[in-house]
Amino acid sequence: MKIVQQSFKFLVLAVLMFSSASISAFNAGGDGGQVSGKQEVEEYIVHHLKDSHDFNLFSYTDDSGERKHFGVALPVILWSSEGLVTFMSSEFHHDDNGQVIVEKDGLKFTKIHSKIYELEKGATAVKFDADHHATNGAKVLDFSITKSVVGILLIGLLMLFWFSRLAKQYKKKQIPTGFGRVLEPLVLYVRDEIARPNIGEKHYRKFTGYLLTVFFFIWILNLAGLTPLGFNVTGQLAVTACLAIFTLIIYTVSGNKDYWMHILWMPGVPIFVKPILAVIELVGAFIIKPFSLLVRLFANISAGHIVLMSLIAIMFTLKESLGVVGATSLSFVLSFFLLLIELLVAFLQAYIFTMLSALFIGMAVAEHDHDHEHDHEISSDVEDVRGDFI
Amino acid sequence: METLLNDFSPGLFVVSTILMLALIALMVKFAWKPILASLSEREEGIQSALDAAEKAKREMANLQADNQRLLQEARLERETMLKEARELKSKMIADAEAEAKTQANKMIAQAQEAITSEKKAAMAELKSHVAGLSIEIAEKVVRNELSNKDKQLELVESMLGEATLN
Amino acid sequence: MEPVTYNLIGAGLIVIGAGIGLGQIGGKAMEGIARQPEAAGKIQTAMIIVAALLEGLAFGALFLGK
Repeated sequence: MKIVQQSFKFLVLAVLMFSSASISAFNAGGDGGQVSGKQEVEEYIVHHLKDSHDFNLFSYTDDSGERKHFGVALPVILWSSEGLVTFMSSEFHHDDNGQVIVEKDGLKFTKIHSKIYELEKGATAVKFDADHHATNGAKVLDFSITKSVVGILLIGLLMLFWFSRLAKQYKKKQIPTGFGRVLEPLVLYVRDEIARPNIGEKHYRKFTGYLLTVFFFIWILNLAGLTPLGFNVTGQLAVTACLAIFTLIIYTVSGNKDYWMHILWMPGVPIFVKPILAVIELVGAFIIKPFSLLVRLFANISAGHIVLMSLIAIMFTLKESLGVVGATSLSFVLSFFLLLIELLVAFLQAYIFTMLSALFIGMAVAEHDHDHEHDHEISSDVEDVRGDFI
Repeated sequence: METLLNDFSPGLFVVSTILMLALIALMVKFAWKPILASLSEREEGIQSALDAAEKAKREMANLQADNQRLLQEARLERETMLKEARELKSKMIADAEAEAKTQANKMIAQAQEAITSEKKAAMAELKSHVAGLSIEIAEKVVRNELSNKDKQLELVESMLGEATLN
Repeated sequence: MEPVTYNLIGAGLIVIGAGIGLGQIGGKAMEGIARQPEAAGKIQTAMIIVAALLEGLAFGALFLGK
């Protein structure tokens, strides 16, 4: 009972810390002066959801009305029409609307909505069309060390540090101490609850490493997204696409004869249905499965960030009608409970991504009995039956 | 869909793919392989310890069953021995009784025999004694009787009278 | 009407459909658990997976329409 109480206290404390810090970050943040109107809140949220080229912790306007930013500038690495170009993101001076033009190696670059454009030769300013698209510039391939890349690097190093230390602990003793005690059950959980039942006793060892990496990567990055550091790595389509494509490649490469036969020439159905089923199965295997994986993670995390930030923004948008105290407390209570849900979602999405990856891999390596005798017998195991439905 | 494609950054995709590949490789090499190996080693250790304990328990149970069996056998043996002893006892008693009875019967028979022979002897002696006495008496009587003529005649007369009655 | 409005109607329809589906999944899972409490873990796992698939579908539709 005492433990429960203590852990509850800890949870409340942690959540309070998260939310208060988020609020302060939001309060001081924003690129266009003090955030107050609905329009500005929306812009701020949209800006946050996108990747950014500098690691901005907070910004404020000082007494003389000048905008000050506190953070780290990150290197920009571009593959332009004339090869590799690098410079620091501080050269954009925190501009995101194509106002500042950086000249490098005779090429002109500007940043519009977190995307870097290369201007045409001779152009001195960005021309916009009616939809606010640049007309005299083209997007360049952008390999910059953006905020998301920094997040991936940081979390990757953290994971390496934690788990290699855990691995070292096992050399000396049977049972880990300290933080390893937290990590060990998680590793066991992924192995015993996700990898083993879904892939099967025979093959799961080969894929456990990938599943563990993906699980902890997604989970820790999801949690990092809830801190005021403002990472939104798992809400970047490119990152989730990369993860989904890894899963796609793994289950395509490790698929056995049965798997391909079930895709291309489904046994046990009339001959004229087979080509139709093959098309459906191919689309399912190569488009729907990875697409659902990548969109689910991206959309959940993005939606979570949007709602959380909107609730925090109640503080500013309802200040007029509810007063400072009313708006702040309403925003605090709402965002507090949403943050609790988001903590759950952070785990759930990591779990689901890993679980579905394991399931797809399991379907690819499963060994069927060819004559489909199992149609007659009653399958007692849910795990066995599940594969037939999905 | 358009917004999605617009948000998608190919550069970030490439960078994150490279980083993820590196991360997976490093994690598998430096973390997951040793961790999973030692975890399964530990599990096997626990499993074998459990198996050993189970085996020991089974052996213990076997031993106990053996003991029980031995005890049971000993008890049965004691029972049979007691039973045999009891039977022997009663048989001995019965034998002794029977022998005593025959002995007694024999003795009684001998005694009876002795008594009968003694009786016969006594009777014979008595008879001879009685005969002697009778003869003596008879002699005295006869002498007495026959000393008187009349009385002799009278006797003859009575004798004859008795004889005619027959 | 503007095309944006149609998009919003479509999004509403998607959300209604997904809501009905999620309700069905949750309700049936509850029934299943009530009937066989010892299989709760397995039912929960299966439920989460099916819910995730539905969610993926709904999000896919929402983003295609966006």
